Amino acid sequence: MQLANSENAAKDGVGMPEKTGNLTTESKAGRTPMVVARDVDVFYGDKQALFGIDMDILPNEVTALIGPSGCGKSTFLRCLNRMNDVIEGCRVEGRISVDGQDIFDRALDVVHLRARVGMVFQKPNPFPKSVFDNVAYGPKIHGLSSSKDELEEIVMTSLEKAGLIEEVKDRLHQPGTGLSGGQQQRLCIARAIAIQPEVILMDEPCSALDPIATAKIEELIDELRENYTIVIVTHNMQQAARVSQRTAFFHLGKLLEFGDTDQIFTNPSVERTRDYITGRFG
Amino acid sequence: MQILVLVSTLLVLSLIGYYLGRSRAVASVSGEASRLHSLPGYYGLYVALWCGVPALIVLLAWLSLEPWIVERLLVASLPESARSLPSDRLALLLNDIRNLAGGNIVSRDVDPELRDAANHYANMRQIGTWAEIVVCLALAVAGIALGQRYIAPDLRARNKVEKVVMAFLVISSTIAILTTIGIVFSLLFEAIRFFRLVPPSEFLFGLEWSPQTALRADQVGSSGSFGAVPLFAGTMLISFIAMCVAVPVGLFAAIYMAEYAHPRFRAAVKPVLEILAGVPTVVYGFFAALTVAPFFRDSGGFLGLDISSESALAAGVVMGIMIIPFVSSLSDDIITAVPQSLREGSSGLGATRSETIKTVVLPAALPGIVGGVLLAVSRAIGETMIVVMAAGLSANLTANPLEAVTTVTVQIVTLLVGDQEFDSAKTLAAFALGLVLFCVTLCLNIVALRVVQKYREQYE
Repeated sequence: MQLANSENAAKDGVGMPEKTGNLTTESKAGRTPMVVARDVDVFYGDKQALFGIDMDILPNEVTALIGPSGCGKSTFLRCLNRMNDVIEGCRVEGRISVDGQDIFDRALDVVHLRARVGMVFQKPNPFPKSVFDNVAYGPKIHGLSSSKDELEEIVMTSLEKAGLIEEVKDRLHQPGTGLSGGQQQRLCIARAIAIQPEVILMDEPCSALDPIATAKIEELIDELRENYTIVIVTHNMQQAARVSQRTAFFHLGKLLEFGDTDQIFTNPSVERTRDYITGRFG
Repeated sequence: MQILVLVSTLLVLSLIGYYLGRSRAVASVSGEASRLHSLPGYYGLYVALWCGVPALIVLLAWLSLEPWIVERLLVASLPESARSLPSDRLALLLNDIRNLAGGNIVSRDVDPELRDAANHYANMRQIGTWAEIVVCLALAVAGIALGQRYIAPDLRARNKVEKVVMAFLVISSTIAILTTIGIVFSLLFEAIRFFRLVPPSEFLFGLEWSPQTALRADQVGSSGSFGAVPLFAGTMLISFIAMCVAVPVGLFAAIYMAEYAHPRFRAAVKPVLEILAGVPTVVYGFFAALTVAPFFRDSGGFLGLDISSESALAAGVVMGIMIIPFVSSLSDDIITAVPQSLREGSSGLGATRSETIKTVVLPAALPGIVGGVLLAVSRAIGETMIVVMAAGLSANLTANPLEAVTTVTVQIVTLLVGDQEFDSAKTLAAFALGLVLFCVTLCLNIVALRVVQKYREQYE
């Protein structure tokens, strides 16, 4: 992974903390964006997967990334907490900042970044540990609690926020893998919010779930918006329309349209977006 | 020699049967192969099987029964005086007749009676062989004819051929299982004979091992003692040392290869490590006896320790080196089998790679790793050559790894090497030891396989 961005930033003469002010021309109502991406290119080996993506993600909003398979929306999502680092031959260029901090800064520990930008994956992936230990995992490795009681409190609050507490309070010490698919996914969300991130990334969190479990997760996402900034990748148009405030439409590695969800779904300005949303292609 | 010719003739006939069957099948639908139930080749195989299988079965039965029948006929043809001999003398006489007929050396003077009997025997063998050839070839030809007659467009040749193939598979697996059972029983019967001479309690709990049996009652040192505890203690000691070497090194190597190593490095190093598993154990034995043991003895002397030149330590360490690839290869497979999604989940929460390995990957892989280690232990317990060469023969009951000890396998070797009579307690003890060893490794393997199986179910 090449960290070309820091040099670029220096060359452009744009200091990272101040820069966010410059870059928020798009943002509405004067709110400072939580995540700012500028001119992001991603390459897998020789193949370019993303072309010059610019995006401002506002705090306490749900931003949905939609687009046909292979359009780069998951790749973009994974850039935001540098999960692409581990992929062989993957190279990211451009600038991304989270809460004013350049995430490609050499001084930044990627571990701290990921503690601030949590992630929920497509397939529920609870660790083969107890429900309690699954949620306690993050707080333990980051030393967020000084006592056992405190840890317990964090776990309970997280489970409560994830709307799971009623269902698991009697089986906290049974394996998390024994829960149903929807419960597992909410457990993963509880696990992510236990480390008190600022941003939560969700990569098609409902694609492996049935409609009832999906409805619960969507409800949860809407509640979580109050405290967190959420970016969600989804293939489900209705889901994007239901949960998100802003929607970004990706096609062939380019960001074709980005704006208010209402506007994108009722009156898209780009022909391709209209075609995709109405199901004419993709 | 004749048998070889016969078998190859049968194979050639089967080949002919194959082509005949195939062309007949094609002809039966006047060239439109798509109207046949199966592909033409299956009809060919069908006829070939009709030709070969019955003939080969008869040949096998004939070969196993013929000597017995011929012997019966031969005994019946002998004069009354010979027939009434006790069975061991009769067997000796029959042996002589056979040797004479075969042109070998005979243990007695050749009298005309014996010569007659030998001629008779040779004749019978000759007739038997010719009859066998004729019967088999006739069966083969009849098989071709019969198979040809059955061929029709709607004959389900493919299903029938597949049934025969399945029968072959069943027979093969049965042979493997029966062989194992046979080995166990032969061990068991000999061990029971041993336990008639030496009570099991003495064998299992006796503290002294000195496997002697007296030839004469007044011989010096005639009293043997068969307490196997020192042997088991030695085996455990050496296996323990081996595991102390193999488990950490193997496991850490596996973690490095599965989690940290560059794929290209891994692709190069993993086979090399597996070559280590292919080195013959005798070679490890040299290494232990000629390099490692003297090294330990000398460095022990340097530190003021008294290490004998044949020590449990040397044997155990080299055995551990031998087992490293076992542990590392199995653990590596198991660690790589831990789903990537768990690693991503963990690093997505801000865990470093080593935290992920410690807190997620290893606990998830632990049951499988334990299974792999247990398999390695059973390998260590059964290992012979290294211990024979490096650990010595003296049955000391000690927990000191610097002394010479001996193991169960070494004693089995020494008990059975050379000229031995197979009815003394000394040689029979080897079977009892073997039986116990078998039971221990069997239990370990069963536990290990159970553990590995349980682990597998977790992700599927």
